[in-house]
Amino acid sequence: MAATIKLEIVTPDAKIFSDDVDMVTLTGGEGEMGILPQHMPLMTQLVAGEIIAQKGKETIFICVGDGFVQVTGDRVAVLTDMAINADNIDEAKAEEALRRAEARLSEKISDEEAARLQAALAHASTQLRVKRRRG
Amino acid sequence: MPSTRDIRRRIRSVRNTAQITRAMQMVAAAKMRRAQQAALAGRPYAALMNDVLANAAARTTVFKHPLMEVRPVRKRAVILVSTDRGLCGALNGNLFREAVKSDRNNNTAFIAAGRKAAQFIARTRRSLAAEFTYKDTPQFGEARAISKFAQDLFLKGEVDAVDILFTNYVSTLTQQPKVVPFLPIGKIEAVHAGHGDAPAPQLPAAATDIFNFEPDEITVLGALLPHSLNFRVYQILLEARASEHSARMVAMKNATDNAQQLIKGLTLEYNKLRQSNITKELLEIATAQMAVS
Repeated sequence: MAATIKLEIVTPDAKIFSDDVDMVTLTGGEGEMGILPQHMPLMTQLVAGEIIAQKGKETIFICVGDGFVQVTGDRVAVLTDMAINADNIDEAKAEEALRRAEARLSEKISDEEAARLQAALAHASTQLRVKRRRG
Repeated sequence: MPSTRDIRRRIRSVRNTAQITRAMQMVAAAKMRRAQQAALAGRPYAALMNDVLANAAARTTVFKHPLMEVRPVRKRAVILVSTDRGLCGALNGNLFREAVKSDRNNNTAFIAAGRKAAQFIARTRRSLAAEFTYKDTPQFGEARAISKFAQDLFLKGEVDAVDILFTNYVSTLTQQPKVVPFLPIGKIEAVHAGHGDAPAPQLPAAATDIFNFEPDEITVLGALLPHSLNFRVYQILLEARASEHSARMVAMKNATDNAQQLIKGLTLEYNKLRQSNITKELLEIATAQMAVS
């Protein structure tokens, strides 16, 4: 019986995280859940927030956007549109992005542009939320 | 017999052409690197998406999505992904040959992505359902617009199948036109993004028959399916762009090399002509001197 579970976090730009961990905590469609090795196969939507991975004594925080999670016996596959290690969040940059997106949204823009900005807005605010909570 | 002046003029003009093609080669090379990186970076996501989808679909039996409905094909649509600009070798030519081949029964409506595709369809008088453009660095929003349009056509029953025809990026030197089925989402095996090296979806050996969906199958798969389609179009746009820039770089490199060859030949001819002129003049001087003395 495997004592660890493989966590894979992939965005359209890159593979952000791929490692064996002891436990994964994430926000699913119906609230937060913790996933241990040998978890029942599960598929759910991922809500923007943070994923916490326990590896030995180390705790890894990763800030993610919306997406999907699939748990099979030995693997947690996370598909999301944004992922960044919480330690790497640049608060000033995120705030700046937030302001820029808000400013542009108030102008007159096409639907496509608006959708893109909404996504950018969500990303920035999620990053800020995660950063602030961890103080 | 051209004069030395004519040859000089030709050399100059060829050299100018070479300069332009070399500049274009540089630009294409820089863009190529970026486009290739983007295309390669997207592949893990696409592979995992296929994996997840295959996994989920293997365990669900009751789930039926309107996008999965298989109908007899009376009319079909092809999303034709081409470039906006020319000067990229045989890339578009190959692609359009494939398009003609796939449209034997004349029952295909084309959805053009890229200006060259739209021009081709207008020129050959085929039916054009819509024309989309995509930027040099494709945006997900652009892919979503194309995908949405195709899904709408399918759901309204105007077409019974949708394929995507694009140029698959294999390497800098090789790009192949490729058709991938898009709709209906049939057998999950077919849900395979358009590139060769995606690992086949692997089902864990200890596949249990129970698979939990939270909150339920319909919600999760209902959200996942359209998203995966959108993403597939996005990945295909990336691949097409990488192919385009690679093809253009190679074409421009060939043009530059040809121009260098031409300059070499012309210079040789020029020197020969100049030498023979000098010899002729010397002879004339010598004869004139002999006549005088």
